[in-house]
Amino acid sequence: MEPSNTPLLDELEEGQWPSFVAQLKQAAEKSPAAADLLRQVERSYADNTGHWKRGGIVGVRGYGGGVVGRYSSLPEEFPGVKEFHTMRINEPAGFFYTTEKLRQLCDVWDQYGSGLLNLHGSTGDIILLGTTTENLQPCFDALTEVGFDLGGSGSALRTISCCVGQARCEYACIDTMDITYDLTMHFQSDIHRPSFPYKFKIKCSGCPNDCAAASARSDLAIIGVWRDAIQVDPQAVRQYVADGLNIIDQVVRRCPTWAVEWDAQTQELKINDADCTHCMHCINQMPKALRVGKQQGATLLVGGKAPVVKGAQIGSVLVPFIEMQPPYTEFKELLVKIIDWWAENGKNRERIGELIDRLGMAAFLQAIGRQPCAQMVNAPRANPYLFWKSEEVQQNG
Amino acid sequence: MEIRELGGKQLELDEDGFIQDPAAWDEAVAAALAKTEGVDEMSEKHWKLVNYLRNYYLQFQMAPMIRKLCKETGFKLNEVYELFPSGPAKGACKVAGLPKPTGCV
Ligand code: SF4
Ligand code: SF4
Repeated sequence: MEPSNTPLLDELEEGQWPSFVAQLKQAAEKSPAAADLLRQVERSYADNTGHWKRGGIVGVRGYGGGVVGRYSSLPEEFPGVKEFHTMRINEPAGFFYTTEKLRQLCDVWDQYGSGLLNLHGSTGDIILLGTTTENLQPCFDALTEVGFDLGGSGSALRTISCCVGQARCEYACIDTMDITYDLTMHFQSDIHRPSFPYKFKIKCSGCPNDCAAASARSDLAIIGVWRDAIQVDPQAVRQYVADGLNIIDQVVRRCPTWAVEWDAQTQELKINDADCTHCMHCINQMPKALRVGKQQGATLLVGGKAPVVKGAQIGSVLVPFIEMQPPYTEFKELLVKIIDWWAENGKNRERIGELIDRLGMAAFLQAIGRQPCAQMVNAPRANPYLFWKSEEVQQNG
Repeated sequence: MEIRELGGKQLELDEDGFIQDPAAWDEAVAAALAKTEGVDEMSEKHWKLVNYLRNYYLQFQMAPMIRKLCKETGFKLNEVYELFPSGPAKGACKVAGLPKPTGCV
């Protein structure tokens, strides 16, 4: 057997997990770009440094984003990745594809790109890895022919993503897929034509389990919630207990607000809904017995982000409850106000959460026309904000 | 880096086609750069946008934020894309001879 050319990368194929190295090797057999990518990555491990140049700027007609320029810093050695641009493709809401669409997507990408892709990026996009400047426009044209569009990049509204919602999950309090689709269509210009201080992400989860990671990874999180009582099926609760669920240990003691009571004598479960902070724990433990309430809508959180320029932040509650029925007018109006305030006041590369930190939650709420309220907390029951404007302090002593 | 003839000068371009020496810029260079971005004829509106970018850059050594550009030139965002189909950053800034904008990607 020939000695391997990629001894360092081979190490990453060890162990029980799938490895991108195995995938790259497979792709390298038919794509020269993938073969050079493999060699360049090996070289990066040997040199302990990346070999991509920073900040290419390429695109397609009519769009200010959606393509991320990448150039090898060693183009003579690795000509296959001399130009190796990434295309971000807007995923369908909830990540539902027909196999036909996936095949069409892959056919286009085999023709115009390296054939390498990853599902999905942190904004939810389909990430097509590696094509040349010359191929960008024909590739984009072919993708639109089969029904795909670019996603967002740069200082724009990023591709909106959501959990599977009502398509597959009985916990969903809102139609996450419709919301995602509707907002994507409504805010097309903001997605494709960057005009913000920095990126802005919206993610939508159907319930507080937050499978879309909206509270941690989006500037504006839409999280489905109910505002009446958790629906209880007493017989099904008893069945869980009869089947061996230690309801005191597993449910009652783990409710963060002590809102759940279990009477072992009468075998009755009681939930004090006024104390419930919708953490989902009891429902997750007994999905056959407990259901989310009937009055459904969403909670909006603002300011979440992963650490890029400054550190990570988790979103804090902005609107405790909002109806989310099409055409989502109240939501859209609020979003426009938020963006306008941010665009007016934000510095270059300042996220909305950082701007709120800098100018204060009070200034932000006043600008978007919201009153502070007790539910605007950044951790449930822990941290209510209190606001006074300095004029009021003087007036009221 | 690549050397190309633009507007009668030999100019150094980076891989995205931005000129490397902002001082080498003149109107003939701009017109030649415009052709590389799908603008065959520089109209009065094109010049208005390019001159605004140019002056802003000479004053502040950076490109303006997009909203500021729209506000101060009076062009709506979609009009900017109609003038420069590859957009304000890749298209208009390149034609105005600005260094490559370093956006987040
Ligand atoms: S976030 Fe809630 S509704 Fe959405 S998939 Fe997860 S559990 Fe289901
Ligand atoms: S959802 Fe969470 S807070 Fe509400 S009752 Fe159940 S465990 Fe307690």
